[in-house]
Amino acid sequence: MIEAVWALIGDDLPALQIAVPLLAATVCVLVRRPRAAWAVAMLVAWSAFANAAVILHRVLTTGTISYFEGGWPVPWGIELRIDLLNALVLLVVTGICAIVLLAAPRSLAAEVPEEKHYLFYAVYLLCMTGLAGMTVTGDAFNVFVFLEISSLSSYALISQGRTPRALTSAIQYLVMGTLGGTFILLGIGMLYMTTGTLNIVDLASRLAMVGPNRTVLVALACITVGTGIKLALFPLHIWLPNAYTYAPAVVTAFIAATATKVAYYVLVRFVYSIFQVSLAFEVNRLDAVLLPVSIAAMFAGSLVAIYQDDLKRMLAYSSLAQIGYMVLGLALANVNGLTGGLVHIFNHAIMKCGLFLVLAAVLLRTGSTRLSAFAGLGRRMPLTFAAFVVGGLSLIGVPLTVGFVSKWYLVLGALDAGLWPVAVLILASSLLAVVYVWRVVEVGWFAEPPADAPEVAEAPLGLLVPIWILIGATLFFGVFTSLSAGVASAAARMLIGGAA
Amino acid sequence: MLDLGLYNYWVVIFLMMTGLYVVISRGNLIKKVIGLNIFQVSVIMFYVSMGKVRGGTAPILAEGIEVYSNPLPHVLMLTAIVVGVATSAVALALIVRIKEAYGTIEEDEIRVVEGEEEAR
Repeated sequence: MIEAVWALIGDDLPALQIAVPLLAATVCVLVRRPRAAWAVAMLVAWSAFANAAVILHRVLTTGTISYFEGGWPVPWGIELRIDLLNALVLLVVTGICAIVLLAAPRSLAAEVPEEKHYLFYAVYLLCMTGLAGMTVTGDAFNVFVFLEISSLSSYALISQGRTPRALTSAIQYLVMGTLGGTFILLGIGMLYMTTGTLNIVDLASRLAMVGPNRTVLVALACITVGTGIKLALFPLHIWLPNAYTYAPAVVTAFIAATATKVAYYVLVRFVYSIFQVSLAFEVNRLDAVLLPVSIAAMFAGSLVAIYQDDLKRMLAYSSLAQIGYMVLGLALANVNGLTGGLVHIFNHAIMKCGLFLVLAAVLLRTGSTRLSAFAGLGRRMPLTFAAFVVGGLSLIGVPLTVGFVSKWYLVLGALDAGLWPVAVLILASSLLAVVYVWRVVEVGWFAEPPADAPEVAEAPLGLLVPIWILIGATLFFGVFTSLSAGVASAAARMLIGGAA
Repeated sequence: MLDLGLYNYWVVIFLMMTGLYVVISRGNLIKKVIGLNIFQVSVIMFYVSMGKVRGGTAPILAEGIEVYSNPLPHVLMLTAIVVGVATSAVALALIVRIKEAYGTIEEDEIRVVEGEEEAR
């Protein structure tokens, strides 16, 4: 039986990553019952995660997977192409989707009316479709289509927040996100104009033949700006703090860990696979733009985070700083730097998702995510708060956590590039993270809760389990780095080597 | 140096900047959505005019037709139009909800209401 199924779908795994969640989203709408819709979403998300694990294993053992949609060969048909880089990103995206769903029913019950839950799961699966599609596709125009699928569904998810502010945040994100998506479309159009192809591998070889010209330069600029908006690169970030703060807590955990990471993946893919190092960095000096911008993001994000009273907003600004680290890794354009950027996709996804789920638990129990709600929480919700502390240490980059692994590679990359001041700045910005994490730890462990504070119980298991899966992973992958950093550095070598 | 042989790109750039300006300068959310639409349409025109071959016909297989326009960008834009419509639909739905919640769709007035709530 299993062999028969395997023979049937074994070769179509990349396509199933897109098709199954897309169809399951409609099933969620049809079943209408919140529990049943959740069960469908869980089944799909966890099987997608298993699927991604199989794909990664296959890529590791047999090399890049190329799948022709509908059996049409390239360059006529659309290719799904999975190499080490997107296999890793796919694992992160599907894994986060699956783990966040564990926490969804308990957390949603407090924030979204129950009759809307089935629609929520449908849109959630659509968002997952878009993100997985952007990751696996080998076609530049497809990237845009899936980008819009994921963006449109994330606007809808964000607008489900409790306060009207969620609506204004969603429309702000919609305006910015559409501008970003359209810029990407424009850039892809210019690439098509110069090369006559949309296939990513084809684009790369033909662009190398065309060589530098102004259309290519403008295409690079449009794509950098477009993805910069989607990944909330400072100073194009203004949509992010509001969207993260006012979205339902599980949505924040989901979007913070996946949407910006996939946008970053798209930028890496375009810069390293299509334009490649020579065109992007030697002819067009992309690093001259991205290096200062990413360093500014590291400091601006962390500095503003220190002054936030709402912890969701604090973590949102901390995300801006972390995005700065990732883009810095891209801009360094050497193997160690890029490894740092890529491994930070993995590392930042698990720690930020864990931290936002902690906030979901605190919101559920205390009704607020303000700093004052954390008073004495170290004694009242010890397991939840301990998770926050570990996640916070990882944000700072303390050894034995994943944050350290990323920063280690970034510092190595900065030194390899001969930019020791950048290495110093990476360490200095980490000190800012100490400040904003410590504020919370101090309040949680040393402040007394106000006398009239209601009795608060430990978070329910439905939230504790996903939180500790993720926080446990930040510790595990902080020590055993062969999956995360091993794959990331192999991917970085592949990208820098020029072979797409 | 105005190359009139490439006038279609000047039209595209003019439309694009118009759209961007409307998005940035207008506080009315509906006007913002209109600006976004103009911005998206400019890119659609960019693709469509890119596929045009001078003297070419529609890309239909028929006898005696040798030169035809490139159908691929045109087909791609069908998808982009759908995306544009979907974006407008989501945006308008959000604006309806915003109007219900705040009683206004002017950004500065919304900000005043939000400021009052914050102060409370």
